[in-house]
Amino acid sequence: MALSSSHDPELTLGRKIRQIPWMLVLLVTMTASVGFVMLYSAAGGNLDPWTSRQMPRFGVGLAVMLVVALTDIRLWLRYAYVFYGLSLALLIAVEFVGAVGMGAQRWIDFGFVSVQPSEIAKVTLILALARYFYASRVEDVGRLTHLFVPALLIAAPVILVLGQPDFGTAVLLLFTGVVLLFLAGVRAWLFAFAGLAAVAAIYPIWQFVLLDYQKARVLTYLRPENDPLGAGYHILQSKIALGSGGLFGKGFLQGSQSHLNFLPEKQTDFIFTVLAEEFGMAGGFGLLGLYLLLLIYGFAVSLRCRNHFGRLVAMGVISALFLNIFVNVAMVMGLLPVVGIPLPLISYGGTAMLMLLFSFGLLMCVYVHRDVTLGPGAASGD
Amino acid sequence: MHRDSDRYRLFSRRSILLGGSQAVLFAALAGRMYYLQVVESERYTTLAEENRVSLKLLAPPRGRIVDRFGRPMAVNRQNYRAMLIPEKAVDVARALDRFSRVVPLSEAEAKRILREVGRKRRFLPVLVRENLTWDEVARIEVNAPELGGVSIDVGQSRYYPDGVYTAPILGYVSAVSEEEMTGDPLLELPGFRIGKAGVERVHDEALRGRSGTSQVEVNALGREIRELERREDQPGTEAWLTVDLELQKYTARRLGEQAAAAVVMDAHTGDVLTLASTPTFDPNSFNRGLTPEEWRNLIGDPRSPLNNKAIAGQYAPGSTFKMAVALAALESGAVTPDSRVFCPGHMELGNATFHCWKPEGHGTMNMVDGIVQSCDVYFYEIARRTGIDRIAAMARRLGLGAKAGIDLPGEKSGLIPSRAWKKKAKGESWQTGETLLAGIGQGFFLITPLQLAVMTARLVNGGKAVRPRLTKQLVPFDARETAGPDLPAFDSLDIHPSHLELVTNAMAGVMNSPRGTAFRARIKQTGRRMGGKTGTVQVRRITKAEREAGVLKNEELPWEERDHALFVGYAPVDNPRYVVSVIVEHGGGGASVAAPIARDILLEVQERDPSRGRPQARLPGDAVSGPAEREG
Repeated sequence: MALSSSHDPELTLGRKIRQIPWMLVLLVTMTASVGFVMLYSAAGGNLDPWTSRQMPRFGVGLAVMLVVALTDIRLWLRYAYVFYGLSLALLIAVEFVGAVGMGAQRWIDFGFVSVQPSEIAKVTLILALARYFYASRVEDVGRLTHLFVPALLIAAPVILVLGQPDFGTAVLLLFTGVVLLFLAGVRAWLFAFAGLAAVAAIYPIWQFVLLDYQKARVLTYLRPENDPLGAGYHILQSKIALGSGGLFGKGFLQGSQSHLNFLPEKQTDFIFTVLAEEFGMAGGFGLLGLYLLLLIYGFAVSLRCRNHFGRLVAMGVISALFLNIFVNVAMVMGLLPVVGIPLPLISYGGTAMLMLLFSFGLLMCVYVHRDVTLGPGAASGD
Repeated sequence: MHRDSDRYRLFSRRSILLGGSQAVLFAALAGRMYYLQVVESERYTTLAEENRVSLKLLAPPRGRIVDRFGRPMAVNRQNYRAMLIPEKAVDVARALDRFSRVVPLSEAEAKRILREVGRKRRFLPVLVRENLTWDEVARIEVNAPELGGVSIDVGQSRYYPDGVYTAPILGYVSAVSEEEMTGDPLLELPGFRIGKAGVERVHDEALRGRSGTSQVEVNALGREIRELERREDQPGTEAWLTVDLELQKYTARRLGEQAAAAVVMDAHTGDVLTLASTPTFDPNSFNRGLTPEEWRNLIGDPRSPLNNKAIAGQYAPGSTFKMAVALAALESGAVTPDSRVFCPGHMELGNATFHCWKPEGHGTMNMVDGIVQSCDVYFYEIARRTGIDRIAAMARRLGLGAKAGIDLPGEKSGLIPSRAWKKKAKGESWQTGETLLAGIGQGFFLITPLQLAVMTARLVNGGKAVRPRLTKQLVPFDARETAGPDLPAFDSLDIHPSHLELVTNAMAGVMNSPRGTAFRARIKQTGRRMGGKTGTVQVRRITKAEREAGVLKNEELPWEERDHALFVGYAPVDNPRYVVSVIVEHGGGGASVAAPIARDILLEVQERDPSRGRPQARLPGDAVSGPAEREG
């Protein structure tokens, strides 16, 4: 395996630091700061209990991000499968020692910190798939047999997360994997075929896989007005909060829907609603604008990268970010069922924040090492 | 590197495709946001407001009921209640246990409280105990540190200071029943009471007042956060009655525990000064809620305490009817005042004998003698000459046999029979014997004590068709000035004044002539003297055999077979102002039982308040300037 850099000049630590995309660091910090403000508001104008805990986490995450940015990208290439394996082990462990939250086993308590393995899996899946396709020849990617391993790589965490059960995260993992397959060059007709198969699979999945509360959520997504005091309550209240916010919102700390507890999970899944109620469409567009800049920056990093591993990692990170944002925002606006996906960088939650910053670290790492060629990989047939 | 560049081109192409679709999805989010926050904003703003604001009703204090001088008859009293907020108490069972060490709670009460705690949200107060005494309030306050979650709250409850005396007039209030819910949210307030009988019922709507509203901001659980806006409630209208509370109390006490009724009326205005019916009930206990045992006692009492005998008790008028017969005879020209009738103690008609109450007979009687001595034979004779239809017509003109139209619910109309009535009701034709009985107010006749008072008033007020009234005026709580009550002008009954004079003089003779049937019950003070007429009504038929064996004395009979004692009277004799009617069920003789009661009442009413003769003298007006002066 040719994992050594061949012709590039050696990157010293000083050079690397200078290479760090500080613009990206600034964008990430700005976005996270919006989150702190909204958590402060969600707590009724208090730092406790959310902002005060989220800020140090962000500090730690920022440090992790910068450290990851400075690491040698070959490290991640070399140990991609190991990390993937470790995250699978955590996903299996959570089945046995996990804490139940929101009707699902999602947490492992390590005493000093509790961890959501599914959030970790989001990143390690990207690494593993990038590693696999980096090492694949372009002709092989077109072959069906060659897709057996990546399918397995995707299926394992998806099934484990589905079993927790965490439908939302499972779907996100699946889609992140599919996007990577697409970018790696898997034939287009396969996606069409898979899409048809998925439609065909709706019935058996509905009948045998989904739990009642998940079915209820899907049903109320389709018709929230039918059950305004029951399962449709969350969607309806969220829409009321958004709609009553209007163009410029009710003002900071003035959101009646948020502060009178009409919103469920306002510090996590429905934080965007709090923002849009208090700052209106202007505030919502502002945040979406920040996200857009982040995504564009990620695209640029990916397209400028000269090694395939880096490109795939960067694109994977960006796609996962996009999917997270889209599913969450669409959910609170009543476009998708309520599936329990946090809003990246904003929602309260340790592991999600940490892993997101970790993945931004990888993105920066790709940028720092954009000119490093990792050799042709499996393409050389070496 | 060639292959890698192939791979890169594919990657770039697909990246741009991916980026493009992501942009489209982002645009969709923005579009949805625009739709919700701009296009549909108004609708959702309204919904948010509805979410946030909850309307609370404020119960208005019920209007007071006062007597003609403004003395309170029905007021609102502070009702100290112990409330428990489960959320603050944490362990409700333990909290109740501690509470009952301070103020004992019965098993049933504890069960009701626990049931209510289970039904309501944890932060809503639950009633533990109502109508706490000062002593209990003090004990709860002293022990407050141990009684976490318990608080004292002040509500209002209806209170009748002289309930047992005023119940026949005022009626009572009690909780709204399911059938009485009209959809008015006020009625659904916990603890709200409405009038169920008497004045409380007649003027219920006015007394209720109008509810205020308080807009409170609530959170998703319904917990109140703060008050946004408040519209004060409008206290109920104050009802001024024509009643003289002191006289009412006096009369009720004078009637005592007997099954009896008495009505005192102003003969000129129709103001009902007293409307008593005994025995009665304590309306305060209805407000509080009766125990099953109390209810059984009320229902089971043969003296029917729940029946207002003054307006709903129907009796034969007996000899008190003789004035109507006399007037019918005079007006029709069937007899003149000097027409003579000889009374041998009985009268024969066909093969039937009609007895006078005095077996040895009265001798020769003219009309005045007939009334003064209440000679039955005289009245058999003039009734026969006058005929039933004329008698019935006169009785109706005097106010008998029809509702007097007093402002109280449940008034009965009584019955004045006629030929046509008998044909229709019984399918039989009228018998002359029945006309004879009509002469002494027996037979099918039924009247109420109120009707007797109205009849007497019409006799002594110069033949005016006076009608009784109980409500002097309704004074809205915010009235600055009140117009004096307009005294209704009553039509003349078109009875010849000399005939009326003759009858009233004869009534004076009943009391004041030594031969009068009620001479012993007269008022001796000059200037206060009274006139009247006794009546004794048999409730059983005396058989011929019994009469021959000697009629049993009333006291020897079982209570329910004894005669009813009746009396109607007026005072003062020279310038009649007050009329009274008294009926004592199964009391015995009108002269011996009813007349002394009527005398005492008429004496009392004359001595009590000379200024009442001028009803304008003391009126509400500035005494009722606002809620501040209301009883708590």
